[in-house]
Amino acid sequence: MAESKELQAKGKVEVPVSAEQTKPGPVFTPNVDIFETEKEIIMLADIPGVKTESLVIDLRDDTLTFTGEVKPTGRPDTEDILIEYQVGSYYRQFTLAEMIDQKKIDAALNNGVLRLTLPKVEKAMPRQITVKAG
Amino acid sequence: MIIKRLFDLPNYGWRTAFDDLERMRREMDSLFGQVAGKAYWPAHAGVFPLVNIAEDQDHFFIRSEIPGMQTEDITISATGRKLSISGERKIASEGENVRYHRREREDGKFSRVIALPSDIQVDKIEAGYIDGILSIKIPKSEAAKPKQITVK
Repeated sequence: MAESKELQAKGKVEVPVSAEQTKPGPVFTPNVDIFETEKEIIMLADIPGVKTESLVIDLRDDTLTFTGEVKPTGRPDTEDILIEYQVGSYYRQFTLAEMIDQKKIDAALNNGVLRLTLPKVEKAMPRQITVKAG
Repeated sequence: MIIKRLFDLPNYGWRTAFDDLERMRREMDSLFGQVAGKAYWPAHAGVFPLVNIAEDQDHFFIRSEIPGMQTEDITISATGRKLSISGERKIASEGENVRYHRREREDGKFSRVIALPSDIQVDKIEAGYIDGILSIKIPKSEAAKPKQITVK
């Protein structure tokens, strides 16, 4: 890569909802990168505005869900003169194919990017069975 | 589109009859969006990063969501009544031995110039970057601030 490309402006994508939500405000689908190494699955998600205390990560059976709430930050005494993006919460859910070691899950939130490390369960070690002559 | 319409206006044109037009256009847009069956949010300038701008009597406040940046990779400069935000979003390589399932996050350079409706004090601009959100506080120039006039 000689020249890095230019970033394009994209609006946020709202989560399609089947049922109405009880909490007000829009919910968006954050952009994620998911990749896998031999030992773990790593997920990176862009969730600007989410603080660590309002981020909920849930792994139940093989479904991974994360929700990040964003509180409106506008100052009360100001007047909006241009609104190009909406502020709202983030929600995304994945089904994991691999077995995950739940106790070793690690999550770090840095400058609006969540890095979730999901270690795979160590596979049963291949064992050699010696047949003894009886 | 919205930028052009708002920012090409002379100062006195701000928040007047065009406000109603703009609101109407948004409502129409959202109506059409509903017909097309997709979530629709009014047009933006189409330049990264998208910004929200607010003002009070003495300041403009610009906010923008640019997650995963290093502060040294963001450059903000100002002249007259124009503010420029530029930089590069880098996504670190994760090594050779990884297999990607999804790649939705994007890296690259960006540059945007925002024309504000009145003159600003270029030497008193403050900028902060928290949780992936860039916020810039821009004081209006003394001449642009509203003055109270006492009636004698």
